[in-house]
Amino acid sequence: MIDRLRSAPVWRLTVLLLAGALAFSLAACAPQEKPLEEPVSEAPAVEVTDLILASTTSTQDSGLFGVLIPAFEEAYPQYKVNVIAKGTGEALELGQNKDADVLLVHAKAKEEQFVTDGYGTRRRDVMYNDFVIVGPSADPAGVEGLATAAEALTKISGAAAAFVSRGDESGTHTAEQKLWTKATITPSGEWYVSAGKGMGDVLTMSSELGAYTLTDRATYLSMRETLDLEILVEGDTALFNQYGVILVTDATNAEGALAFAEWITGEEAQAIIGGYGVDEFGEALFFPNADQQTTS
Amino acid sequence: MEIVWDAFAQAALRLFGGDPATYTVIGLSLRVSGLSLLIATALGVPLGYLIGSRRFRGRGLVTAIVNTGMGLPPVVVGLMVYILISRSGPLSEAYVALVGEAMPRLLYTVPAMIIAQVMISTPIVTGVTLAAVGAVPAELRLQARSLGASHLQEAVLTIREARWGVMAAIAAGFGGIISEVGAVNMVGGNIEGKTRVMTTAIQLETGQGNFGLALGLGLILLGIAFVIMNAFTRVQHSGSRYER
Repeated sequence: MIDRLRSAPVWRLTVLLLAGALAFSLAACAPQEKPLEEPVSEAPAVEVTDLILASTTSTQDSGLFGVLIPAFEEAYPQYKVNVIAKGTGEALELGQNKDADVLLVHAKAKEEQFVTDGYGTRRRDVMYNDFVIVGPSADPAGVEGLATAAEALTKISGAAAAFVSRGDESGTHTAEQKLWTKATITPSGEWYVSAGKGMGDVLTMSSELGAYTLTDRATYLSMRETLDLEILVEGDTALFNQYGVILVTDATNAEGALAFAEWITGEEAQAIIGGYGVDEFGEALFFPNADQQTTS
Repeated sequence: MEIVWDAFAQAALRLFGGDPATYTVIGLSLRVSGLSLLIATALGVPLGYLIGSRRFRGRGLVTAIVNTGMGLPPVVVGLMVYILISRSGPLSEAYVALVGEAMPRLLYTVPAMIIAQVMISTPIVTGVTLAAVGAVPAELRLQARSLGASHLQEAVLTIREARWGVMAAIAAGFGGIISEVGAVNMVGGNIEGKTRVMTTAIQLETGQGNFGLALGLGLILLGIAFVIMNAFTRVQHSGSRYER
């Protein structure tokens, strides 16, 4: 009986299969990993260190990082930027726990609180984009062309027309809450849907539900073709969305963080930001304003 | 329906078009989930055997805890691992206290993803193994012991007897982690080229509204899971052939 145990082929095959899968998966990864972690051969003297940039889903989803990060890495080959795209709330939380080196987020009041609390330093304005209220072209609440977001939200809640909120403590959600406060309305009821999702998911959801929502222009434009939603309200200064860069206190890669913050508020990056989106969407998605620092 | 055709086209393009980013993502998914599964198997099968074959006080409670662990939401596991390995977390503080210097960063790395996936899959492997081993008649082990088998031989015999269940346990563990997104996203951070795996790539493309590509990557993931599970099933069948 003991002999039979030793010859059990099924186990040997299982072990072989598992080991084979392991060997394959290790081999499949090994060659691609090297260039990421080691300096490129032309510049062997430079030691590359990781820089953790915690930012928002809207900057990643809009594609801006796709041009911005390579430009930074070209200017500073000693840093490899790792983008962690989360909601502003989670990005700030990561910064508070020192799990990121530098933050690029958009909830000015929360950012200033973050600095006041000692979790970060040197908050600087980088750029802004704007929010728009989008909804179905049928526009059941009749908000199209209204001058202010507050008027539009008043009409939407008055008509109890469906409205999808991010509901995730993101920068966009924070902005939405400020607009409701401005309209002196506490949104609640069947018509007010708190989704707890990212911008792309919320736009899809609004499109499917025939609902209104507040979105940043960039994400809306990049997804416009998949959506049955129109821009109905825009241009209100209350809809401007300021992005700021903050250095995390006591960061692992403080030097890299400082270099990034200096670079993104400098001329080269500001020009890239101002030009992004013109080719693809016919209009700029972000407006650089690092040269006009303000405090709220 | 157009989107479905688009998905097939995108899947074919990414898979056969020689797109290195896709291969990196596929390789990383296999490496993370493969290594996690090996560790979970090494932990879960012996653990499942012990709980399933031994009679001890509190066995019912332990079984209930294992079965509850099988239902752990991946995002909760991700959050727990994050809190543990954060620079402000207990592990980092202990490291500083013991070694006197800052702990190398574990967050946003492959090992962090593996820790999380081991935590997800070990209860699954343990739980299903436990049930399979529990179904093996106790008389078999008694007989083996009376014929002079050692504890190890007894264990090998029992697990061999319960092999279909044990294999189902390993397959279930694999299914649980190759498809999960909550934990790897939380502790991996979905960093391009480093910690981006199939599921987080799908989530990213969905968020950007690239539904065709997202679905295409989903098809590739399904295909890979099918190939692996199919190979696994064949191993099971080759085993039963020897049995006759």
